[in-house]
Amino acid sequence: MNEFKFDLCRLPQETKALRDEVRAFLAEHLRDYPPSLRAYTWTGYDREFSRKVGSRGWIGMTWPRQYGGGERSAFERYVVLEEMLAAGAPVGAHWVGDRQSGPLLLRFGTEAQRRNLIPRICRGEITFCIGMSEPDSGSDLASIRARATKAEGGFRLSGTKLWTSGAHSCDFMIGLFRTDPDAPDRHAGLSQFIVDLRTPGITIRPIRDLAGDEHFCEVIFEDALVPADALVGQEGEGWNQVIAELAFERSGPERYLSCHPLLVELLRAMPGDADDGAAAAIGRQVAHLATLRTMSLAVAGLLEAGRNPLMEACVVKDLGGVFEQAMPAFAQSLLDLEPRFDAGASEYQRALALLVQIAPSFSLRGGTREILRIIIARGLGLR
Amino acid sequence: MLEETITRLFGEKVTHDLLRSAETGTWPADLWRELEENGLTRTLVPEALGGAASGWGEAFVILRAAGRHAAPLPLAETLLASWLLAAAGIEAPAGPLTVLADPVPEGALSGNRPGDRLTHRAGRVPWGASAGHAVFTTARGGRTHVGLVETKGAVAARGENLAREPRDELAFDRAGVIALGATALPANVVRLLGAMIRSAQMAGALGGLLTQSVRYAGERVQFGRPIGKFQAIQQELARLAGEAAASGVAAESAFAAAERAAPEPGVWIRDADPTFEIAAAKVRAGDAAEIAPGIAHQVHGAIGFTYEHALHFSTRRLWSWRGEFGTGNEWARLLGRRALALGADGLWPDLTSRG
Repeated sequence: MNEFKFDLCRLPQETKALRDEVRAFLAEHLRDYPPSLRAYTWTGYDREFSRKVGSRGWIGMTWPRQYGGGERSAFERYVVLEEMLAAGAPVGAHWVGDRQSGPLLLRFGTEAQRRNLIPRICRGEITFCIGMSEPDSGSDLASIRARATKAEGGFRLSGTKLWTSGAHSCDFMIGLFRTDPDAPDRHAGLSQFIVDLRTPGITIRPIRDLAGDEHFCEVIFEDALVPADALVGQEGEGWNQVIAELAFERSGPERYLSCHPLLVELLRAMPGDADDGAAAAIGRQVAHLATLRTMSLAVAGLLEAGRNPLMEACVVKDLGGVFEQAMPAFAQSLLDLEPRFDAGASEYQRALALLVQIAPSFSLRGGTREILRIIIARGLGLR
Repeated sequence: MLEETITRLFGEKVTHDLLRSAETGTWPADLWRELEENGLTRTLVPEALGGAASGWGEAFVILRAAGRHAAPLPLAETLLASWLLAAAGIEAPAGPLTVLADPVPEGALSGNRPGDRLTHRAGRVPWGASAGHAVFTTARGGRTHVGLVETKGAVAARGENLAREPRDELAFDRAGVIALGATALPANVVRLLGAMIRSAQMAGALGGLLTQSVRYAGERVQFGRPIGKFQAIQQELARLAGEAAASGVAAESAFAAAERAAPEPGVWIRDADPTFEIAAAKVRAGDAAEIAPGIAHQVHGAIGFTYEHALHFSTRRLWSWRGEFGTGNEWARLLGRRALALGADGLWPDLTSRG
């Protein structure tokens, strides 16, 4: 059996000044941003805010300078991310580009793709979504059917992507398509493409979620023609590229801070004479929060050291998901306040109302809890 | 290196038979001698006092391994006791040591050192009757003093925890204080560091549960295949792995905080108070102890519920250790009161200022 290895990691002292800078920035730009909106954390979408973040050099912080990056350490990036998330800043417009699309292009993209797109990601000018799931392909991602067929002038895309977060407000999709339907192994024959969402033949339909928001979408491709240089990396290597991409996104601070704005508002709303039971309940949350942060930082340290802590990242995401998903119920166990957002609701109640409703998605997005645990079980040698 | 040595030693010596005989009151003399010969009982003692001068980081590795193997002797207590003595410049006597969790009231000591006499009754003292000496703390002139007494003649009643580890009542009646020295340590130092050493043992025991359960799931065949091939079992073992990992990280983090606060015996840097990390570690391990044994037993089925099987050596320890040197609830209350005092806008800055 493999033991999971979390080498403890402390943030370097130099990050202190940066943290203060980010806090000052957030205090200024989010002065009037209410808790009920902060509760959206990284799904809050505000292009103007993203441009401001970009102008501070806080997007693509670790990337090479030649493409507009900051060549700063993973720890500095971690500090910026966790401060933004803890404050509930609307980082959604640059979130995917900074976390996934940029690193993917730097790793597998052509020089022209990098020169064209990376500097604009860094400035917070362009936004990305990820086209993976389809109507019949969720956890079983390798079963996707959307096709990319070689044609004159590039590839023709056809099929449907589903649950694509933010597609209706994004500029580009990094989509996974089947380029070789006859490949013997279903993991082979998949390729990734950068798709300009203004391309003719693409229809985007937002899907209303249970909370009434339009966040994810259905994206229909009807022989949409993308140029040959829209291919990312090697044709047929899409599966391996996607797996590499996932390893880097499973352990960040977003994995346990989705409900942090609610915890903050709960503390604000608590009566001054909280009893011992309430104090202990809050203390347990603090203990779990602190531990998750230490684990997440350890994974960041392993990544910075050039290791590939896939299993550890899955463990953090699993535990983080359980933690943040339980937060709305925890809040309700301490305060007898109804989750509601109609007239007369307090900001605490509005934040609670949102999170009660969207919490079920915390163990679905980015890989379901069951899939994560299957990956962990594989790490334990059970598969 | 250290980890390999200690793991091999415990792996070879802490056998099923040894654990069973320890539960009937047999002192594992060979194992203790082996630990002493390897210098493992004096890990935290400075070289000047005849120790290995290692830090809390090494102590974590040793105690996690001791917890993983359910080593049935007071190694954790001895390490802590010898460190406390070193903090007061007192040389640790040979043999196993124990600690009194709570400070002895000032009035319990009479006379002037070194001729002090201790009159005090302490319950649930770990390995009280097996340890030759007990280390206690007491407040004197506003400073925490560390003292040393023999346990001989003080054993008033034998007791045990769920894992049948001795938890004895000691009644000192004008017992001669062998040595007493002032330190810079906080008044609750034994309870605090006691919670920390238990968190390391618990992390070890949780790792042990995981190893045992994964192994068993690979061996036990039902419906024609090892039960570990069933997703229902895999999902639960993945949860168990998460609980073990989280407890390990929390405990290691507590020891790292202790190392910053007390880089050597006698030093206690107030600005680096490790209470937060230690409380978090004890709470996290306690919560894991609520979930993990249940999963391990579920995976093992009926055989794991028998005395014959070794699983209970780990699970019973977890059930007891989670309550020792402060329950999870107690430490959680402290963290919660602290969070409430910091308030909505203070919680996050405080957490991030800790590293």
